[in-house]
Order: sequence, then C-alpha cells, then structure tokens
Amino acid sequence: MNTTIKFKIDGREIIAEKGQTIVEAAKANGVYIPTLCNFEGLPPKGCCRMCTIRISNRYMTSCTTPVAEGMEVESDIPEITDFRKGIVELLFVSGNHFCPACEKSGNCELQALAYRFKMMVPRFPFLFPQKGIDATNPKIIKEQNRCILCKRCIKGIKDDEGRSYFAYKNRGNKLEVVLDEKMGKEITDALARKAMDNCPVGSIIYKELGYYQPIGKRKYDKKPIGSEIEI
Amino acid sequence: MNKKIIATTSLAGCFGCHMSFLDIDERIFDLIELVEFNKSPIDDIKKFTKQVDIGIIEGGCCNSENIEILKAFRENCNILVSLGECAIMGGLPALRNGISIEECLEEAYIGGPTVQENTNKILPNDDELPMLLDKVYPCHEIVKIDYFLPGCAPRADLIWDALIALVTGNEMELPYEVVKFD
Repeated sequence: MNTTIKFKIDGREIIAEKGQTIVEAAKANGVYIPTLCNFEGLPPKGCCRMCTIRISNRYMTSCTTPVAEGMEVESDIPEITDFRKGIVELLFVSGNHFCPACEKSGNCELQALAYRFKMMVPRFPFLFPQKGIDATNPKIIKEQNRCILCKRCIKGIKDDEGRSYFAYKNRGNKLEVVLDEKMGKEITDALARKAMDNCPVGSIIYKELGYYQPIGKRKYDKKPIGSEIEI
Repeated sequence: MNKKIIATTSLAGCFGCHMSFLDIDERIFDLIELVEFNKSPIDDIKKFTKQVDIGIIEGGCCNSENIEILKAFRENCNILVSLGECAIMGGLPALRNGISIEECLEEAYIGGPTVQENTNKILPNDDELPMLLDKVYPCHEIVKIDYFLPGCAPRADLIWDALIALVTGNEMELPYEVVKFD
C-alpha cells in the first residue's frame, strides 16, 4: 500500500508519510512552521496556537493536524504571521519576562520567536502579575514569572515509572506549573538539566549554572529560530 | 540642509543606553555634521530652547518627575523614540512592580541587610523629592511613542542606523544581530 501523501504549504509541494502531523512533514521538507508548546518526541498538545495555519479558510494547529492528500495549507502569509506575533506579544505582557536579567536569554524560544517576528514592543498593556519563585529544591529553581504553562516539562520529565516531576496546580489565572516537592528531592542531575533544556523559556533553571554561555555564542544570537530547518 | 535637532533624557534608567549611544565611536563626528543637540545630558542643556525633531527616551517612569519630563518631551519633540528595555517595558526597575511601595522603602531604608546608619528609621519624605509611582510604567503607557529600539543596552549599530534613518528619512534595515532584548 502506498503511504506517501502529497500536499501543499503556501503553494510548495510537500511529500509526507501517512500519520505525520503537518509540522513534522513541513520540517522534513525544509519548511519551518513556528511552534512553542510542541516538543519533538512528546505528544502534541496544541495549546499555544503558535503553529496555527489555515486550510480551506479554517484555522487549525499544525502540530495536531495529520497530513491529508491534496490539502492546501496557508502558513507564511502576513495575516497568520501577525496572528503568531500577537501570541508572542500576549505571552510577553501576561508574564514578567525581564530578558536582560534572565539566565535563558539567548537560548529562549519565546524570545527567539519575538526576534523572528521583529517584535519591538508588545501591542498590549503590560500586566505585571504577581508571581513567585520556588527555589527550595536543591537542583532546580522554578521561576513562575517566566512560565508560559506549555506543559513540556510535565509531559517530558518523568521517572522510571512514568510519573511526572512537574504538575499543574490551581485553575484559571492562578494556574501554575509546580515541581513535586517529594519527587523533586530525588531528581538526578541529568534529569534536572534535561528539565531546563526542555523548558522553552527561563522558568526551569538548573542551579549554579546561570549565564554559562557568553553573549554571541548562544543559540539564537546570530541566526533566527527555524533557520536550521528552512531550505 | 537644515540640521535635525535631537534631545535625549534618562528617566528610570541606568544611563547604559546613553553609554551605548556613545559606542558609535568616531561616527559621532559624522553625526554632529547632521544634527544638533538640544536638551540632553550629552551637552548638559537643561531646558528645551526650541522645538526638537527627535526625542530619545531612556528608562521607564518610576516617579512623578519622570512623568513630567516625559510629557515635556512629548510636547517639544516631533518624534519620540523609546530606547532600551526600561523605556519599552519598565526593565529592571519594574521588578518592584507587584511589591508595595511601603515594603520597597522599608527594605531599602530600614530593614535591608546593608542598612546600618538609619537608627531613627526615617524614610525619605522631603518635599523636594519626586513621589514614587505605584509601579514602574513603560513610556508608551504614559504618552504616545513613535518608535521603539529594544536592547539592554541597544546595540550602538542599532542606535546609529535608527538615527540615520530618522535624519535622512530613509527606511531602516533591521539586521537580525542588532535587535536583541539583552
């Protein structure tokens, strides 16, 4: 049985395997669709809407939509780019993102997306919400001011029995991601560092490692996010 | 060609953006051929003496004096530019947003670990001192700002390119390396 599927993104032909999501197929064909809550190897959640695309006048998230034969996807068009930029701006005003003082600056995906979209200033008023910092764990600092609630740590950082080290706490605008106190005490160095790398922003910080890369050598200092994918 | 007139100020900032401005190095000789400075710490003119073409604001608004100066800049400048993270989003001074002023002052003047000589536990309350605002505000939430140049501090090349674009009226290129938030 033939499992190859052909479809188009912005008029460009994409060859994909059946069962792939649009984001995966685009990446394999050298087309970058911005993502934020999506993380390779973890099941997609589709909550940040960064990967929004339009198919037949309908907006959907490309990290959760499987490819289908003959579909025509619109992605890199001014309307959708502005929509994505708006999401980045909303995230910047709804948290406390002080880039100059953040350990993740230069390696932060949220910041990198803002650079890519040339965000000079958010169009929304700043909220400056009151949020805390949990530094009680011996290895990890959980900085709630920077958390964007993407759930990547909850889905990705688990012990041998599949239990998550991180969890959602509270509801609505009080919602936050917390590190389990008991399990957190036993987290290994390797897993704590993985948690930091897994976090798209600077909300999970591995202690005593801040600012280890000089400015100019960090991931997004010279090249925009997605440029490693684009052909 | 008439020289364009520039004014600059530092509100709740650290003067780092002005330092970065001076990092244009010898290009400052080209700049003074194109512009003249009015109210600015660079030439130490304290008050506006004429209508200014381009006003450059460093720092956000943390007290009543900042607001007064910012409004004077809006009145006297045709174009206002927010320079740096503090002007754009409050920056590091805005870390106090969410903490009450009472708590901030007590930590700074009474209970803080480095306070040694304030035995009478006096908080600054002289009439001459500007009043602190309830929080630190980005400049564009107080007056209309026309352009934004991010960075902490903004790269000298970004400031140079922006000034040249504003003075000559040409569109500005924004190379990826120069637009950074840190």
